[in-house]
Amino acid sequence: MSEDKTPDKTPEKGPEQPAVEQSPENVPAPRGEVHERGRRTGMFGVKGSGDTSGYGGLVQPVIFPGSAKRPYGGWFDEVADRLDPLISDVVIHRGEITFHVARENLVEVAQLLRDDPSLRFEFCSGVSGVHYPEDTGRELHAVYHLLSMTYNRRIRLEVAVPDEDPHIPSIVAIYPTNDWHERETYDMFGIIFDGHPALTRILMPDDWPGHPQRKDYPLGGIPVEYKGGSVPPPDQRRSYN
Amino acid sequence: MSTTEDVYAGSTETTEGRVFTVSGQDWDQIVSGLAEESEERVVVNMGPQHPSTHGVLRLILELEGETVTEARCGIGYLHTGIEKNMEYRSWVQGVTFCTRMDYLSPFFNEATYVLGVERLLGIEDQVPEKAQVMRVLLMELNRISSHLVAIATGGMEIGALTVMTIGFRERELVLDLFELITGLRMNHAFIRPGGVAQDLPPGALDEIRAFIALMKKRLPEYAALCNANPIFKARLEGVGHLDLEGCMALGLTGPVLRSTGYPWDLRKTQPYCGYEDYDFEVQTWDTCDSYGRFRIRLNEMHESLKIVEQAADRLAQLEGAPVMIDDKKIGWPSQLAIGSDGMGNSLDHIRHIMGESMEALIHHFKLVTEGFRVPPGQAYVPIESPRGELGAHVVSDGGTRPFRAHFRDPSFTNLQATSVMSEGGMVADVIVAIASIDPVMGGVDR
Repeated sequence: MSEDKTPDKTPEKGPEQPAVEQSPENVPAPRGEVHERGRRTGMFGVKGSGDTSGYGGLVQPVIFPGSAKRPYGGWFDEVADRLDPLISDVVIHRGEITFHVARENLVEVAQLLRDDPSLRFEFCSGVSGVHYPEDTGRELHAVYHLLSMTYNRRIRLEVAVPDEDPHIPSIVAIYPTNDWHERETYDMFGIIFDGHPALTRILMPDDWPGHPQRKDYPLGGIPVEYKGGSVPPPDQRRSYN
Repeated sequence: MSTTEDVYAGSTETTEGRVFTVSGQDWDQIVSGLAEESEERVVVNMGPQHPSTHGVLRLILELEGETVTEARCGIGYLHTGIEKNMEYRSWVQGVTFCTRMDYLSPFFNEATYVLGVERLLGIEDQVPEKAQVMRVLLMELNRISSHLVAIATGGMEIGALTVMTIGFRERELVLDLFELITGLRMNHAFIRPGGVAQDLPPGALDEIRAFIALMKKRLPEYAALCNANPIFKARLEGVGHLDLEGCMALGLTGPVLRSTGYPWDLRKTQPYCGYEDYDFEVQTWDTCDSYGRFRIRLNEMHESLKIVEQAADRLAQLEGAPVMIDDKKIGWPSQLAIGSDGMGNSLDHIRHIMGESMEALIHHFKLVTEGFRVPPGQAYVPIESPRGELGAHVVSDGGTRPFRAHFRDPSFTNLQATSVMSEGGMVADVIVAIASIDPVMGGVDR
């Protein structure tokens, strides 16, 4: 990731600039590896003509930590070596490793992680959904946290699918604990886990319209009337972003 | 059918068959009604409002006589959208929401969320020592109070009412300590990103030491009352059996996993908050049943008491040390103090921001209303809650509010074992099996 300094970059920086060597974490990521997952506009939550600060026109991309480069360090490489052809990307951030997996490989990866004697990720902490509405073509992410009690290691698997085709194969047959977790992720995000024994809503009522944790689903709520004033529900209040 | 109408057990005809509503003690009508259709299966809906299902849990049991052939759970009755709400508040305000999830172990909810946020901020090493010790102190006191409720309600459900009354008697003492330290008995929102909200109040250590001394006398009472009690053992032993393979497959952690003899405790295996500096033992049992889980909870309270004692000793050395991170861009700017009209922002701080420094006022305003920004990324820092692995998957998009916060609550996962633990057993054993999982519906439904 940030540690890698390709030698052909040094000349254009000029010899009088030791900053890159002194703080390698500030080296900008190489072009082409940055994947924008959204855009942030404005600064103080003011929209329209109320903004006199000039910050209202600010546009910032939302960039998540980029791909890591080998060697990853420690046991990260051992796990990555076993999974190598099946994973599409590796991200290491704050000491946690994330393997991005295409959905067609998920079942194979999970089976390998659980059964391979050198991996032994026998414990799955469930799946959690994340909705990135501006990450076009990869709006819905399913994030699995796996734990190897044998080797005391933790990894994360991330599968991204488009909103139009929100299908991910179920891994309940491999990790039965994911039964309720996948139902919850379906309930909250509308991700359909193909092959799940009974994919029904779990927290919301069976006839509930919509999937509440998606970003396009409003928080709801009603304005609060208090002593003649009216406080709008949280999703309609002015807020920082 | 009997000729007299039973007011406690009416029946109605539906397309699914005859539905009996049982709300009282007299089962005559049910028994005679069933005798007519003895070849058909009986499905019993227990809950969601039932005193012995640990909150609003609905159990759907298929019975053959008194034997349970199939058991399923219906959950969601306590879903409050806490995770969604957190996306609309600042990172610090998130603590106020997640503390309400598993209401019997609020400090654990706060801690796992805060540890995730701290990892994303990259400030894990800068959290002051005193804050970490106070977190450990509060979490271990909380473990005691949570296990006390588990034992108390579990006892009540099998008719051991004395266990219930003494359990809640001791829990009250822990809640008094919480009230003294945080100001609240539950929903504390005390553990904050960067440290804890407040320093220990004067005299707190003396109260904690008095509590430890009292608990050392009282905890053996539970052992004397239950451990060898033949009725208690007959109800618990061999009930709710789940072995290590079952625990692994279904993702069970906490006392249920340790009752299989596997010493997996995140405080030892993946220490956080400085747990590696404390001397304590991981408690296991080898019977895989409800009785083993009861004994583990009982023993864990002794271990927690040991940790509380060590934490209190360390806190005595740390008098006056900071409890919030030094980084002014993250640490909460104000301190609370007791004034003539109750607790509020300290007058010194108000004098400073209102009378002395415009910059301090701006700083206070920005940090309190807007909050700090957390760099984009995701983190998952699980901790050992009284019920097992509790973790928060925290995602930031670089803003002042969580982009997504998902809690992997152990009650939610462990409750999946209801079927395997109770199928083939008696109806009465279902209650014992569920009590041994100790689910808290606030955590299950979030």
